[in-house]
Amino acid sequence: MDILVCVKRVPDTSENEIEVNGSGSDIERDDLVYSVNEWDNYAVEEAIQIRDKVGGTVTVVTVGDDEAEEVLRREMAMGADNGILLSDDAFEGSDGKGIASILKAEIEKGKYDLIMTGTQADAGAAQVGGMLAAMLDLPFASLVNSIEVIDDKKLKVGREIEGGNQEMNEIDMPCVLSIQTGINEPRYVGIRGIRKVASIDIPVHSASDLGIDAGKVGEAAAKVKRTDYFVPDLGEGAEMLEGSTEEIIEKLVEMLKAKGGLK
Amino acid sequence: MAQIFAYIIHKDGVIDDSAMELIVAAKKIDPAAPVTAIVAGSGVDAVCTEAASIYNEVWKIDNADLAYPNAEAIRKALVNIIPKGSITLIPHNTFGMDLGPGLSIKLDAAYAADVVDIEGADGNTLKLVRQEYSGMVSTHVTCDASDGAVITIRPGSLQPDESKSAGGNVTDKSGDAGDIGVNRRFIEVVEAEVGDVDITKSEVLVSIGRGIEDEENLEIANDLAKAMGADVSCSRPIVDAKWLEKSRQVGTSGQTVSPKVYMACGISGSFQHMGGIKGAPFIVAINKNPKAPIFQLADVGIVADILEFLPELTEAVAE
Repeated sequence: MDILVCVKRVPDTSENEIEVNGSGSDIERDDLVYSVNEWDNYAVEEAIQIRDKVGGTVTVVTVGDDEAEEVLRREMAMGADNGILLSDDAFEGSDGKGIASILKAEIEKGKYDLIMTGTQADAGAAQVGGMLAAMLDLPFASLVNSIEVIDDKKLKVGREIEGGNQEMNEIDMPCVLSIQTGINEPRYVGIRGIRKVASIDIPVHSASDLGIDAGKVGEAAAKVKRTDYFVPDLGEGAEMLEGSTEEIIEKLVEMLKAKGGLK
Repeated sequence: MAQIFAYIIHKDGVIDDSAMELIVAAKKIDPAAPVTAIVAGSGVDAVCTEAASIYNEVWKIDNADLAYPNAEAIRKALVNIIPKGSITLIPHNTFGMDLGPGLSIKLDAAYAADVVDIEGADGNTLKLVRQEYSGMVSTHVTCDASDGAVITIRPGSLQPDESKSAGGNVTDKSGDAGDIGVNRRFIEVVEAEVGDVDITKSEVLVSIGRGIEDEENLEIANDLAKAMGADVSCSRPIVDAKWLEKSRQVGTSGQTVSPKVYMACGISGSFQHMGGIKGAPFIVAINKNPKAPIFQLADVGIVADILEFLPELTEAVAE
């Protein structure tokens, strides 16, 4: 089975505090640590496990600048066979539809049985997988938390739905799946693994390589645009307990007793 | 302004609360716009009647093949009945995430996902509020709806309109829905396994998140829960890491709990997590990041590293 996984380089929220910059035009990007989007990492692990079971290849692709190459190498060190970087100044500022259009152009150059994305990335829209499927006229399932290969034409997939329940579906291939965290345990990538793939050539495809009309992607074509960032005032906020740890604990224990929190 | 449609979620003949929230979203876009509810499913007359108590106009798509809400089939039906240029509102839940992005492509409309507020419209430009980075920052967003728009609204983010006095018409659009054959076939829903502890019945929960850092540190939370007579619950990353079973997860994709006291330890407070807490528990948040969103939702906050704070609290409680 030939599998394509779409990945994205994002600020690592477990390593950084995300703050708004002084003018509200962006988040504070100085000293940010970047990594592969967490959901995508699960998708790549799942693709590798499927390939190891039934054979085939895993290709990772990303839309981004030169620095985005590092996440491709990381996922190749995990075990992906190929990487492709889609990079062009014309791609900058694309909205979800723009990104999906760029990925579609690359996908149509190859032949894949299964295309995966992470369910969501840093902007939290959870949109690229579903858009890509609709553009390619392929079946789609979101929030996928289990995949079983039935034969070379069909998969049985579980979707996460409310209340800890799982919705089981049979889906025809080729198809697009957006992968939820927790589907597997992504393997650890050591520095040795990264070194092993350091010299592998990663092709870079531009708008003209992909036959993309530059006017249809990028900021000018985006219908949905962010105007500023801000930190919301959600309400009164909590009563913050201050003082020495001993004093805080004393106050807290009193409150817990009053609210029925101690038996 | 364009015509506005609201997709109505229902289950076992019961209309979802989101129906009352989407009408509020529609009025925020344009108080004067005609708003039509769309009810799709099999045997949905009662749901349509209820929708008509909220919306002036209800479109019904009744089809035996829609007994389970398959997003692919429903997308095909919607594309056949929603006029180009319309605004379509959908709840941003597991169904909306399945339906929304593809629907926007097929309608050739703009797509704005997981919107938490609507600040109105300036001509065909909608002014929306979203959140990024798991709610750590918010953004103002413009959405060009001149060719229509599909917008998913985060459940619970708008104050619902519960007046229910619309007295609307129900129009049967089943014949216009066209071919809804699919390449993704629903098999069954597998219900969540019941764990050794039913946290939905717990009065006090010591709930842990990423701040616990390591599986070995679970002991710290267990000790505190034991001293307090509480049960241990958790946020999603703990289940993803397989440190605790799914039945212990609080959140929209986990269990819905209603304890008297909820101790959020090392939990940032994403909306998916807070969506699993019902009623008005006394929420204590302990987190080493003073900017964690949980401090805006909790009753009492303590800025501390839970790995150091919880053992000391356990000792004090045990005395």
